[in-house]
Amino acid sequence: MSVKQNNLKAWFKSGSPWIWMNAGAVSIAVIMTLGLLMVIAVRGLGHFWPADIVEADYQIPGQEARVMAGEITQIEEVPRARLAASGLPVEAEGGEFMTRELFKVGNRDVYGADFTWVVGEWLSNQRTPENLTALERREWGNFYGYLVNVKEAGVLVAEGDASWPALQERIERVEQLHTQLVRLEKKDIGRINAGLERIRLQTRKLELQGKLNDVAQAELDAERAQWDAEYKVLETELIALNQAFNRDSVTLKTVDGREVTISMGKVVRAFQPNAMGMGEKLSFYFAKLWEFVSDDPREANTEGGIFPAIFGTVMMTLIMAVIVTPFGVVAAIYLREYAKQGPLTRVIRIAVNNLAGVPAIVYGVFGLGFFVYVLGGSLDRMFFPEAAPAPTFGTPGLLWASLTLAILTLPVVIVATEEGLARIPRAVREGSLALGATKVETLWRVVLPMASPAMMTGLILAVARAAGEVAPLMLVGVVKLAPSLPVDGNYPYLHLDQKIMHLGFHIYDVGFQSPNVEAARPLVYATALLLVLVIVVLNMAAVYIRNHLREKYKALDH
Amino acid sequence: MQHEAHTHGIDMAALGRDRQGLNMANERVAIDVPGLNLYYGEKQALFDVKMTIPNQRVTAFIGPSGCGKSTLLRTFNRMNDLVDGCRVEGEINLDGKNIYRKGEDVAELRRRVGMVFQKPNPFPKSIYENVVYGLRIQGINQKRVLDEAVEWALKSAALWDEVKDRLHESALGLSGGQQQRLVIARTVAVQPEVLLLDEPCSALDPISTLKVEELIYELKSKYTIVIVTHNMQQAARVSDYTAFMYMGKLIEFGDTDTLFTNPDKKQTEDYITGRYG
Repeated sequence: MSVKQNNLKAWFKSGSPWIWMNAGAVSIAVIMTLGLLMVIAVRGLGHFWPADIVEADYQIPGQEARVMAGEITQIEEVPRARLAASGLPVEAEGGEFMTRELFKVGNRDVYGADFTWVVGEWLSNQRTPENLTALERREWGNFYGYLVNVKEAGVLVAEGDASWPALQERIERVEQLHTQLVRLEKKDIGRINAGLERIRLQTRKLELQGKLNDVAQAELDAERAQWDAEYKVLETELIALNQAFNRDSVTLKTVDGREVTISMGKVVRAFQPNAMGMGEKLSFYFAKLWEFVSDDPREANTEGGIFPAIFGTVMMTLIMAVIVTPFGVVAAIYLREYAKQGPLTRVIRIAVNNLAGVPAIVYGVFGLGFFVYVLGGSLDRMFFPEAAPAPTFGTPGLLWASLTLAILTLPVVIVATEEGLARIPRAVREGSLALGATKVETLWRVVLPMASPAMMTGLILAVARAAGEVAPLMLVGVVKLAPSLPVDGNYPYLHLDQKIMHLGFHIYDVGFQSPNVEAARPLVYATALLLVLVIVVLNMAAVYIRNHLREKYKALDH
Repeated sequence: MQHEAHTHGIDMAALGRDRQGLNMANERVAIDVPGLNLYYGEKQALFDVKMTIPNQRVTAFIGPSGCGKSTLLRTFNRMNDLVDGCRVEGEINLDGKNIYRKGEDVAELRRRVGMVFQKPNPFPKSIYENVVYGLRIQGINQKRVLDEAVEWALKSAALWDEVKDRLHESALGLSGGQQQRLVIARTVAVQPEVLLLDEPCSALDPISTLKVEELIYELKSKYTIVIVTHNMQQAARVSDYTAFMYMGKLIEFGDTDTLFTNPDKKQTEDYITGRYG
């Protein structure tokens, strides 16, 4: 045997390769996680940056040159042959690759699409004029062009460059009006609608019970009249607001010379990114970011914020936690502390463990078939006959989504709690029993507090799994766009029957169901990042509580 | 002089204790075992044990590992009920009542017959809460009553001076010896009639052991104490009566001096002179 072989053997015996392998595995795991976060962070967060608007001449060989402007969102190299194959008049000569750039040209109402691919080689004379203005609109996406004038109720107020301050001023006014409008529509009129609906249901209920006599009818009518009167007042207010909202208008000229007049009510914000300094861009960026996490979505979820989705996700996860924890803990206590340990408990334990491996969509199907149709249907028949044929609980909703996730995560909580109970030293239980405590008292006073960190561990795992689940939710209560949050100021404040939005489903919806894929793609990343953040925050909260409990009930380690 | 030949290093005189005149016939009976068999599943662990535990005396159970002394001790507060497949035949009478009769309140029995285990097992609560645990179980919650009980129990367990300034700190921060005395305090706080000590010093250092032994000597005036020990010196030091068990049978039971100095049975003599065990 040569010296080299001996060395190799010694090296293997020393255990170094083993350590290298372990360290390697850990590094790969860390790199993959960081890489994942980096990718979604960079792609998602870049979306909100106010990029320069590039104006350029675009000359397709054999056609007239035209001027175009927009944000360059992507640049890629494509084989010349492929461009030729797609019907573009590409010269046969030249390098193998050509550049292709994705322009966000906006002006969907004018051009028909916000995004166009252009061949980089055919662009010339690229420039970034400072007065090129971008308008973010409530519909039709961004508008890029030069300001022409601003009109107040049809009367010219400012023209040319002077329009910019006039425009900013009016956007502020419109923003205030918008807040008032939203408040009026959602809060005040929402309250009236809830009241009217209540009266309708009450009438129907009395009718079904055969108790609808003249007195009751008169009472209800009076109440309804009161609501109606209140609504009349608000309606006038609403019309006035709407008129004020759409009073002003702004006219812009696209880079290729078409003039478009836009009602101020449609404008969210106006900005001239080419003229913005770093500080301005940063403050714009954070304003957009804040809008993203705090606002309602617009334009088929591709613009605006995703607050309802964040709220829905957190709400659903919390309700799930409230359901699954007691249920799982109680089941684990029975299995570990009371059930006779034997073949039957073993089978149950195996079954519970295997439940964790059932595909989530199966739970969704079960939730729809059992919770929604059977349970919800019976609830409706028993408690809400007046609402029929419209379902109250017999339709997917927050409660059913939470319940479905609760049974999905139940095994995790049971297993973790059981392990925690098994780890409580026998001596401590005996100590309690020897002092005259019964088994229940021992459980409540000593065992359960000591096992609480394990329960929290189960809950953490459950939350992590539940918050990221999408597939079953599509069947049991999550929708693309929920008109209102499940919590509001109308009785009973928490509306368990309402459908909710969810970040996971939002990713799917924006990514695959959006009419405007190019605009939606960055949002997919941004939403994914937010989903990760929400789960991290929920988990950190649980971990914090667990560590607190651990410190309190430190196991006896001697 | 005869004594020394048998005791092999246990200097009875040096223990400084006067046990003259102890006679089982003169004692009041705390626990009467007229005949007890115990099985773990198919396996018999105790064979027809007959004994009486005298009132307000210290009785030690000695014997080699696995001889059934802990098992016997645990029948006195029915701790064996917790073991799967454990079956008891016969009676144990506490104050003339069979504790294995139907309808016996086991929780109440365990309050009357307190137990201290091998390893200190304080609850992960404050010192104060550990001591009042048994009282809270009984539904006593008045602060004044509990405060008094804590002071009294900790003083009884010779722990008061060491912990009086940190009653509300975790009991897990105490040393092993302090923890064991805390467990004793916790046990006496519910005012039991009998104290069962299952090798209470086996996990303690010599100084802590000495303190616990002194404590046992103190507590004897109030409680009937039964102690299981591996340590024969300890049995000789603290007990008034000693029972020697071997292979699930009670071999010999008598006052400690006699048992150690002049045992009846060959097996006892072999054991205490260190020939096996």
